[in-house]
Amino acid sequence: MAFAAFSGGSEKSEYKVPRKNSTKVALALLLPGMIYLALFFITPLVSLVATSLEVPDASGEIGRYQYGFEIGNYWYVIQTYWPHIARSFVYALAATILSLLISYPLAYFIGVRARKWPLIQKLALALVIAPFFISFLLRTFAWKQLFSNESWIVTTLQSLHILAPDQYLVGTDFMVIFGLTYNFIPFMTLPLYTALERLDLRLLEAGSDLYATPAKVFRKVTLPITMPGIISGTLMTFIPIAGDYINASRDFLGSSGTQMIGNVVETNFLRINDYPSASALSVLLMAAILGLVVFYVRRSGTEDLL
Amino acid sequence: MRYSLGRAALPVYAVLALVYLLIPIVYTFIFSFNNTFKSNITWRGFTFNNWLTVCEEQGVCEAFGNSILIGVTSTIVATALGTAIAIALVRYEFKFRSAVSLLLFLPMATPEIVLGAGLASQFFNIGAEKGIGTVIIAHVMFCLSFVVVTVKARVSSLDPALEEAGSDLYASPSHVFWKITFPLLMPGIMSAALLSFALSFDDFIITNFNAGPTSTFPKFVYTAASKGIPAAANVVGSAVFLVAILIVVGVQIRSTIKERRLRAVK
Repeated sequence: MAFAAFSGGSEKSEYKVPRKNSTKVALALLLPGMIYLALFFITPLVSLVATSLEVPDASGEIGRYQYGFEIGNYWYVIQTYWPHIARSFVYALAATILSLLISYPLAYFIGVRARKWPLIQKLALALVIAPFFISFLLRTFAWKQLFSNESWIVTTLQSLHILAPDQYLVGTDFMVIFGLTYNFIPFMTLPLYTALERLDLRLLEAGSDLYATPAKVFRKVTLPITMPGIISGTLMTFIPIAGDYINASRDFLGSSGTQMIGNVVETNFLRINDYPSASALSVLLMAAILGLVVFYVRRSGTEDLL
Repeated sequence: MRYSLGRAALPVYAVLALVYLLIPIVYTFIFSFNNTFKSNITWRGFTFNNWLTVCEEQGVCEAFGNSILIGVTSTIVATALGTAIAIALVRYEFKFRSAVSLLLFLPMATPEIVLGAGLASQFFNIGAEKGIGTVIIAHVMFCLSFVVVTVKARVSSLDPALEEAGSDLYASPSHVFWKITFPLLMPGIMSAALLSFALSFDDFIITNFNAGPTSTFPKFVYTAASKGIPAAANVVGSAVFLVAILIVVGVQIRSTIKERRLRAVK
């Protein structure tokens, strides 16, 4: 159910059909895709780990490395880039919490309150998905323009003394978290909507019939029932945010003081050809994310993954 | 109705949240009509010029063409591979089911930067030259799991009685598949293909690591961002948005009409 929220709405009925016992057909259907993933998903990860342990080769030329088993690369990246690592997780945590706070009421409105008006429900849902249809980079750049140093938003804030005359928004932590929150809200809203849409309102009535206050009904009934949606929503936002580097990039909402893991990986891999350090950082990020995924799988089991 | 907090507050909040989501879209659209001079930052008046001369901007249309080519090719491959897996997952018994589920789930749970850097390091290690081919390989990989999820939902909701009716009438298994199962799966396959195309078309991070000199639309925007994005990029973005909305509305209307017809028959 985790990622099924993206299947374009929940299918109403599920039929339990006895599964056919034809191993040959099953293999024929599964193998091409599985081989593909083995070649272009698993081997690249192995290759990434191998690259992360490489050492400069004898020629000493920039961008030339050979196989080593240099665990020290990991110490090097942790020591050198710990601010970027910390920043990535702080930003991701802040933006995930913010998008949960923005999305939950929105999803509650669409999934519960708007049930009486199917048309409004459909329209609101379409509007939540609408940002997917326009380039991620253009949307992020639009915020940069809207909050640029000469924009009326900044000048108004300056005249109200909320910002100092020489203080701006683009390039700050605030702006990057703002952008990250904005960009990943749909990934939070959709799983929450899927969970809330199935919420049985009679359970809420039962709660209030038993003299629970609305707040208590929410805490004791609604929240636990929609927990799967909250968990998959937070995973779906936290993971891409932790690895994002567009919002924090100098050309978009960030500055040299907002660089995240992704920015370092991009620079080291694509610009200065320091493959081992870029790979070591990627492996560390992947390990942290895998930790999260393991936690999730423990809670819900592998059958529910898809 | 005591259980709902703040009856008016919630709709107002929802509208505000939706407006927040739409602001950058509206901004991009409006600034595609800006009478730009050197940069597209301040509003200098309305013009259709950017729309009429979009390809005169160096590289925009080439990048757009590459994005379409990559999107279509990787969508076809990913949809074919993913549909087969989805059918196997729902309809067939096999060993290592949880391993297969995990292998399909992991690419969706891996940050794009890790996928991108991993593939790039693999291509580097085997000495493959980066270009459109490597981008397509990468896109098929990350679209595949999303196709499986989408088609799987459709396969699970398929009424088995329809297929049974087919075999009761002496249709061969392959006949049943192509005449009954496949057409019924078509809406699921189509939405999987649309999702896959959208993911591919808008991907920047993985593409940036594996495209080499090849330009795509998001890559064009990223490169242009340092000096200010030209209005032509707003035009392409807005045009794609409008086409996508038309397709979605069209699909909605078609399915509503079909539902009504079915209800009329019943």
